[in-house]
Amino acid sequence: MDTVLPIVWFLLIAVLWTGFFVLEGFDFGVGMLMPFLAKDDRERRVLINTIGPVWDGNEVWLLTAGGATFAAFPEWYASLFSGLYLPLFLVLLALILRGVSFEYRHQRGEAAWKRGWDTCIIGASYVAALVFGIAFANFVRGLPMDATHTVHQTAGSFFGLFTPFALLGGVTFVALFLTHGAAFIALKTGGPIRERARTYASRTGLVAVVGLAGFLGWMNLAFSGLARGTAGASPALSLWPAAILAVLGALLLWVMNSRGKEGWAFVGGVVAILAMLVNIFAAMFPNVIPSTLDPAYGLTVFQAASTPYTLTIMTVAAGVMTPIVLAYQAWTYWVFRKRLSVKDIPVGESADETSVVASPRPASS
Amino acid sequence: MDPASLARWQFGITTVYHFFFVPVTISLSLIVAVLQTAHYRTGQDKFRRLTDFFGKLFLINFAMGVVTGIVQEFQFGMNWSEYSRMVGDIFGAPLAFEALLAFFLESTFLGMWIFGRDRLPRGVHLASIWLASIGTVLSSLFILAANSFMQHPVGFTYNAARGRAEMTDFWAVLTNPVALTTIPHTLTAAYMVGGAFVMGVAGWHLLRIARTSGARNRSELAGEQAEEASAYAWATKFGAWVLIGAGALVMFSGDLQGKVMTDVQPMKMAAAEAIWETETPAAFSLFTIGTLDGSKEVFSIKVPGVTSFLATGSFTGTVQGINPLREKYDAQFTQMIRQRYGDEVASAMTYTPAVPVTYWTFRLMIGLGMVGVAVGILVLVLLRKGNLPPARRAGWFWLALMIATPLLPLFANSFGWIFTEMGRQPWIVFGLMPTASAVSPGVPAAQVLTTMVGFTLIYGVLAVIEVRLMLRAIRKGITGPVPALAEGEADEAPLSFAY
Repeated sequence: MDTVLPIVWFLLIAVLWTGFFVLEGFDFGVGMLMPFLAKDDRERRVLINTIGPVWDGNEVWLLTAGGATFAAFPEWYASLFSGLYLPLFLVLLALILRGVSFEYRHQRGEAAWKRGWDTCIIGASYVAALVFGIAFANFVRGLPMDATHTVHQTAGSFFGLFTPFALLGGVTFVALFLTHGAAFIALKTGGPIRERARTYASRTGLVAVVGLAGFLGWMNLAFSGLARGTAGASPALSLWPAAILAVLGALLLWVMNSRGKEGWAFVGGVVAILAMLVNIFAAMFPNVIPSTLDPAYGLTVFQAASTPYTLTIMTVAAGVMTPIVLAYQAWTYWVFRKRLSVKDIPVGESADETSVVASPRPASS
Repeated sequence: MDPASLARWQFGITTVYHFFFVPVTISLSLIVAVLQTAHYRTGQDKFRRLTDFFGKLFLINFAMGVVTGIVQEFQFGMNWSEYSRMVGDIFGAPLAFEALLAFFLESTFLGMWIFGRDRLPRGVHLASIWLASIGTVLSSLFILAANSFMQHPVGFTYNAARGRAEMTDFWAVLTNPVALTTIPHTLTAAYMVGGAFVMGVAGWHLLRIARTSGARNRSELAGEQAEEASAYAWATKFGAWVLIGAGALVMFSGDLQGKVMTDVQPMKMAAAEAIWETETPAAFSLFTIGTLDGSKEVFSIKVPGVTSFLATGSFTGTVQGINPLREKYDAQFTQMIRQRYGDEVASAMTYTPAVPVTYWTFRLMIGLGMVGVAVGILVLVLLRKGNLPPARRAGWFWLALMIATPLLPLFANSFGWIFTEMGRQPWIVFGLMPTASAVSPGVPAAQVLTTMVGFTLIYGVLAVIEVRLMLRAIRKGITGPVPALAEGEADEAPLSFAY
């Protein structure tokens, strides 16, 4: 059990991050696409409302990934969060601004007020996607971590994160989320926005395919535990199937979108993100943070893990709760499955005019 | 400043700020759920209008609570990595449970509630606000269990080889006696905030109606004005009752908490009262002016025996003083600290919290809470028999009460937290880890300062925006009846709620 539970939790944390990027990936994409797909305020509102009921629940996947890492791998949580201090700060600022923007944008009618919050949504969505991409590339590449698993933040360490490899990671995340978001919008809207989303996805889709192939290829050849001969990196953990699946997923996204098969295009986005995360986490293993100072300083899954007692309790809780959470979140998507278009957006009326209680419906009219 | 002080300031600023939104979220979600249930069962229009009105205010506030909460979770790893390494095995579990059990519930069902009005059957829509409200309570259960571990660590053993604390009994962590008394105290204190808020907002509208109509009693009003006044009067009295009822429970739970605290954290009780030498019986000082280190008293008003009662349940009980406790802790802990954390930390340990801070925050917490309850009683008396607020002669007084009352329990909540966290110092986990050793070793002061300034600026700007949005929504008041949609119309009509 001493080696099984840490691996189970490593997988669960990979699942949580994957869930976060599959879900928030398209809602970051929707934010990033606002300046390109919407021509006026009502169209921007259509875009925002495609994710309105779900974005907050999507973000909880990140909080759960953070909390689960803290509980299951305290050393990983401590080294990672203090080791990526300033990038995390940028992510936090972006998520704060993005979150309040969704809720505050519709509170007043003035055009300048709405424009200001729109800028926050757009900017924050790009910053979050880009920084997450750069951060995940650095997770695999490793951090300047010493023997005590402390990452020293010197004056140059922040800019040291922006290697060409990491920047490629950032661009790949942005391109992939943009395309995934466009496919989601095409699936969720009707009318001209749907057409524009499809046109847009056929352009960014190719960037996503090429970026993903380059990023995962470079990662597997240069930075994976296997490529570096890290102790414990099993050849059984071949990374290429995941990489190939990710690229095929992105291809499916791109091709199906241009053929107008929106459902399949979205599935392609889900597969691409899922396989990319599988590849990233598998490339790190058995480390959770490789060290760039000396491979021997790398923090492994087993060194970072909590006690079997804690992991057992968490496993029971996760086993019971995860299906329930998945069920009610899936139900949310089912309830709000209807396509949106400008005719669904009330004219010249901000949300504060409306009532929140279910209006009683007469039994017969 | 050194990284440890900056990290403490950052934690203090972001936590106190976050906790302005937490009690409002906890209490308003329940109050809105109750209002919507009243509408569901009675069909009365005033309950629907009040649900919409307070629902909107709740949502403006909720957004800020969510986004500032993310900072709270990430901060442990960013600024307090040594703390995370030391207690992650124990402290992490409740945080993960909070996300898994509470945050998903809250955010998913609140999304359902906001957007699902015309998509969901009425009963399911009502259930969604209740589930969101239950989520806020679950969240507080786990976070308070985690905090209580820091006050009074239980259910763990220290693993010297790994240099960390490891959990041996999760049930003990969840049923920590500190948690069992802190949970009811914090929750009821939160409901005081919601009650005072509803009373203040609705009471202000009653004053407005009394002023514009010139009426002294609701029976003098007619038409839409009478309907509005009836809704606001109901809400004002309801808020006052919630405030008074929760206030009584706060006192009761606070009394239990004081006794547990005396038991497990006698230094905190001594610091709350600035009792330097052990006293039998101990008096409660309402007001004291002394030297800053508290060692000399210049002027004080005292009530004999009350501190003994608060601490021990007997008016003649013994309350240990700061000085003997300091000697006791020195003998008990200094050797352990030297071994685990080094000479520098061991020689800097004073074992005494900042006494003026604990003394005054303790008094402000109790005092503001009591004034809040008193105002609630006064409002009920003034509004009896359909009376409207006295607008002509004492209108300014009523206005001041309605503006001040929501702030009283809100600040009492903040002072209570500052007291309980400052009273734990110099420990981050009492008896286990000094705060000074818990800070991230690899993060330089300049970066902590950068993020502290960044958070403070963005929090400041958002506070101004949030307050102005709240005031704007409050001024607008309850909205008129909405025409009901016929069967089948809901699917074709524009969304009744859209961002």
